[in-house]
Amino acid sequence: MVNYDIDKIRADFPVLQQQVHGHPLVYLDNAATTQKPQTVIDTLVAYYSQDNANVHRGVHALSERATANYEAARAKVQQFIHAKDPSEIVFVRGASEAINLVANSYGQAHIRAGDEIIITHMEHHSNIVPWQLLCERTGANLKIAPINDAAEVDLDAYTQLFSANTKLVACAHISNALGTINPIKTMIQIAHDHNVPVLIDGAQAAPHTHIDVQALDCDFYALSAHKMYGPTGIGALYAKAELLDAMPPYQGGGEMITQVTFAKTTYNKIPFKFEAGTPNIAGAIGFGAAIDYLNRIGLTNIAAHEHELLNYATNAVNRIPGLKIIGTAKDKIGVLSFTLEEAHPHDIGTVLDRQGIAIRAGHHCAMPVMERFNVPATARASFGLYNTFAEIDKLVAALEDVRSLFA
Amino acid sequence: MNPELRELYQQVIIDHGKRPRNFCKLDAADRVMDGYNPLCGDKLTLYLKIDAGIIKDVTFQGSGCAISMASASLMSEHLKGKTVEEAENIFNSFHALVTEDNAKAKDQQLGKLTILAGVKEFPVRVKCATLAWHTLVGALAGKQEPVSTE
Ligand SMILES: Cc1ncc(COP(=O)(O)O)c(C=O)c1O
Repeated sequence: MVNYDIDKIRADFPVLQQQVHGHPLVYLDNAATTQKPQTVIDTLVAYYSQDNANVHRGVHALSERATANYEAARAKVQQFIHAKDPSEIVFVRGASEAINLVANSYGQAHIRAGDEIIITHMEHHSNIVPWQLLCERTGANLKIAPINDAAEVDLDAYTQLFSANTKLVACAHISNALGTINPIKTMIQIAHDHNVPVLIDGAQAAPHTHIDVQALDCDFYALSAHKMYGPTGIGALYAKAELLDAMPPYQGGGEMITQVTFAKTTYNKIPFKFEAGTPNIAGAIGFGAAIDYLNRIGLTNIAAHEHELLNYATNAVNRIPGLKIIGTAKDKIGVLSFTLEEAHPHDIGTVLDRQGIAIRAGHHCAMPVMERFNVPATARASFGLYNTFAEIDKLVAALEDVRSLFA
Repeated sequence: MNPELRELYQQVIIDHGKRPRNFCKLDAADRVMDGYNPLCGDKLTLYLKIDAGIIKDVTFQGSGCAISMASASLMSEHLKGKTVEEAENIFNSFHALVTEDNAKAKDQQLGKLTILAGVKEFPVRVKCATLAWHTLVGALAGKQEPVSTE
């Protein structure tokens, strides 16, 4: 690809410059978390060494700078996902907290006994358990949209799940365990035809694909910065302003109020109503730096590079006898989940690790997916913007070693 | 290939992992115990037949990685005919073998189990190697709840 200078990109990531067990690190666990470019690290260091102060409450210079940087980061998130207004971006710990916020706040206000919430069979536990908890509290029911053998949502079956009782849809934009890119635009349209709002779990999508929440017309969108080459412990919830305005607070504390007396408290305006306590200021600013980095490389370039990696890797591993890819959707990101006859995913993970190759083995926080495909676990290689074809060659060679050991 | 890997995945371990011995339900069992490693999903059910303080029979069923299956298989072979007290001592020695440096790898009572000593170089795999053993200890202690490694 022209202007995709992989050597230069790799040089941006200090973590990639190391040896593991005597081999250059081959980091293929990007769906779990991504590595951080130097600019993100520098931003964190600069914040703590120059600007550290609490936000929205000091009159002094440092607090002003910290507040300006924190709010600038919010605007970066807003622009990145094409939200209408920065007030629609709530900083949270990550996608899990974003979903829990909606399940608690929106759920408390709108979900009653007998109501139904639709999710899909390919959700991460973070987009299952908060809804189960809500169902337990309220007496609502969870409905599961099935997936086919290629790991694509069955849209007819999904459509048929809607009833007068359906109150919410929660669906992954992209599956972490399978790589499937869901047709969320269509799914949102179908839900809206039934007057049902939709939460999209975008944890896996943000580092790989353009997101336009207005074009999608989704009601909620959840993000984790650490999957986007940003810091851990920070993420964002997008929600349409009118929804956020009407939702009760999620947590109480400083920052989320305008006035407190023992008789009555009035809440701050959005998004601050949902940001109780001192937020992860450094994290938010680092999140902004990660978005700058993604914009600089360009999501179109990243997606194209990762797509080539996926095609190359899929062809290569398909030549390995006994290897079975789980998740063969037509539309997918660079995630290769697989089983290898004879070798358990854990053993595969251990053998690869000794060659410096980091993959994940296990259920990937998606146990229902494992059950759907009738496997106890899979091995998963997931690609990021800094991975190379040579790294995939190493992966394939190491898998051949696994076979020679276990066959 | 890496020598530590060769040490870990010796032929005996691969063999027991693929074709575990005593891999069946035991109808005559008087203790049945489930063990579970939530981190990786390894699962097994251990069946014990104990008579007058002597382990007459040990079998198991389940699924998991080569290390957990081989360890359960080797354990089942090794414990048959041992007293409950001996089994508890063997557990302690085995645990030391896979977790401690300079463990008495020559510990007489471990016999063939010493083949799992290579696990020590792979700290994240210790739970795989000890799942069956923790399940055993739970069964001997008469626990009702399934044993979990977490
Ligand atoms: C699809 C999906 N949803 C939600 C999450 C949860 O994200 P976090 O752990 O950052 O809250 C993840 C992370 O693994 C994910 O892959």
